[in-house]
Amino acid sequence: MANSFAFGGRHLLGIEGLAPLEIVALLDLAENSIGLTRQADRKGTLRGRTQVNLFFEASTRTQASFELAGKRLGADVMNMSVANSSVKKGETLIDTAVTLNAMRPDVIIVRHPRAGAVHLLARKVDCAVVNAGDGAHEHPTQALLDALTIRRRKGVIAGLTVAICGDVAHSRVARSNILLLSALGARVRVVGPSTLLPGGIERLGVERHSDMRSGLKGADIVMMLRLQHERMQGAYVPSLREYFHFHGLDLDKLALAAPDALVMHPGPINRGVEIDSAVADGPRSLINEQVEMGVAVRMAVLEALARNMPAG
Amino acid sequence: MPQMRPVAFLNARLIDPASGVETAGGALVIDGLIRDLGAGVTAAASPTDALAIDCAGDVLAPGLVDMRVFVGEPGQEHRETIATASAAAAAGGVTTIVATPDARPVVDDPAVVDFLLRRARDIGLVRLLPAAALTKRLQGEEIAEIGLLKEAGAIAFGNGARSIANSQVMRRAMTYARDYDALVMHLPKDDALAGEGVMNEGELATRLGLPGSPREAEAVIVDRDLRLAALTRSRYHAEMVSTTLSLEAIRRAKEAGLAVSCGVGINHLTLNESDIGDYRSYLKLSPPLRREEERSALVEALAEGLIDVIVSDHDPQDVETKRLPFADAADGSIGLETLLSAGLRLVAADRLSLPSLLAALSYRPAKILGLPQGRLARGAPADLIRFDPHEPWVVDPTRFLSRCRNTPFDEAKMEGRVKTVMVAGAIVKD
Repeated sequence: MANSFAFGGRHLLGIEGLAPLEIVALLDLAENSIGLTRQADRKGTLRGRTQVNLFFEASTRTQASFELAGKRLGADVMNMSVANSSVKKGETLIDTAVTLNAMRPDVIIVRHPRAGAVHLLARKVDCAVVNAGDGAHEHPTQALLDALTIRRRKGVIAGLTVAICGDVAHSRVARSNILLLSALGARVRVVGPSTLLPGGIERLGVERHSDMRSGLKGADIVMMLRLQHERMQGAYVPSLREYFHFHGLDLDKLALAAPDALVMHPGPINRGVEIDSAVADGPRSLINEQVEMGVAVRMAVLEALARNMPAG
Repeated sequence: MPQMRPVAFLNARLIDPASGVETAGGALVIDGLIRDLGAGVTAAASPTDALAIDCAGDVLAPGLVDMRVFVGEPGQEHRETIATASAAAAAGGVTTIVATPDARPVVDDPAVVDFLLRRARDIGLVRLLPAAALTKRLQGEEIAEIGLLKEAGAIAFGNGARSIANSQVMRRAMTYARDYDALVMHLPKDDALAGEGVMNEGELATRLGLPGSPREAEAVIVDRDLRLAALTRSRYHAEMVSTTLSLEAIRRAKEAGLAVSCGVGINHLTLNESDIGDYRSYLKLSPPLRREEERSALVEALAEGLIDVIVSDHDPQDVETKRLPFADAADGSIGLETLLSAGLRLVAADRLSLPSLLAALSYRPAKILGLPQGRLARGAPADLIRFDPHEPWVVDPTRFLSRCRNTPFDEAKMEGRVKTVMVAGAIVKD
């Protein structure tokens, strides 16, 4: 696909700071990789390059997705799952970064439970860094794969109404999606109990709805977020049954969205908490497609970064 | 349901607390609603089948709405039942009672709300509206199921006799409540600051050798709650305030345009700490009775409208919990059957107009709760009381209909007593 504009960054730390054209370039590149995920003949873009997956927080699917993307591009992939030690996180992080840097990797994929940790690490290393999720801050590849999924189904993103529903306060997926979808011209709503909508979110250019029925009205895309219910109950929401009653997506509430509305979820889903099985497994669910797009988007990100790397 | 006979109240002194307007005339009640009002309502102008009640110049006003009544059910039936509380309410002219959530089990499950509504409907004497718990088991730690409880019929959310110490919990509860436009009620008290205090801190407590509770124990929580009301933009009601310190904070909040309101206990308007006298445990209350200056300031704030409502804080306690040394006795007093009469003392003392008293006892609580009651107007629910504000009587607790006798007005001389009470067009006391 012809692209007059390319992604120009050294790292991918967030959607924030990306120009709309850079986002589109990444999506176009990812579109090219979709076929490749199914083929045996792989691109050699990252041949001879070393990719380190540094996960300070357990993640099966994101880590596997990045690993697969790297391998399909011919990289040597090393997984480092760092135990989530609760003390001295700051020190440990920088020490780890310095140690890793000495091994001369070409790209580090980082997930960390604290917002800003990936940026901190990026300042301490010489290679490219991809944010695979930092606290409740950003998860740019998730937003890109969501956008790619939407674009393939709906043709365009501009003009769509997207309702992001659930625990927005603790969600990096929500923040990255708000930034990306708004940048591409979608109308974004956040929907959830007020205890789970962070203060000042309207200033990000979104509409806020604490009544899910009004929030879903006419939406083209319903993007559900995972409720981390282990730490929610009583503190932010009274109970799972109340949450499901008022904020769980079932066929009844989905009927309020646009007739051709599609349902997304970054996974893993809590059936009967934020989403009813009839919706999650139904014909309007894009949940499995999102996973597939994940590999394509991560290949595109790695490829784009490789173009900007010094010759290896 | 059998068709109710129309009722015509004639020759009454009509007081509408919503407008403060007082007129002479009658009220015609058909199908549970006030159909007609004023000088035009006469025996001749009434339907032929109407029951005519000659009020002979007595006051006819909306029935009282009491926002804080302990009804004993479920779980404390030795103290009160919905039947006895309803009978006591009807006797006192209280046509709507808000039941506090501190039942056993606590009213934190929609099934308990449903139970209360069904029991009250079966008894059918006065209107009972359950307040549900703001936090689970009233423990002040986890938000209760406000959405489901409201759907089940909870009128408001409070924490009973227990205060919420954790400000984070209070903030989140208020934030969450706003999503359901739920009224958050709270009895403000800093338990740690109140400490062992059993009465108002000061000279009298010192003389009696009783540990005191400072006024600040109430005011710091009122301050905090009002700041949280500003932060969360939720509807907040301080259930009972007892000090000028709290009033100052409420004045500021109201001037800032917040959706806040407050109540005062009838005891705090009519008694002061000196009434405790010789360690009378029936006057052990929470918040405690304060000094006379405070009482007087409360009356003034009520007259001015700064205090919105008066509650009986009806809290039946039996001898096992009250016939104890003062410090060991339970807090609380009954109040349904003396609420209006005690309030009329303020009118007799020229501290408050009768329409203002009635507004604080009916119109304003109804308005805060979002009820159509509390108005003497065409189309309003026919919850009505008829009383002679000057009829003298002496309080005899043995004649009370409540299950308990813990009144602070034992043998008190009163003026003004309810004669006739109507709820939804049906006469429940005559």
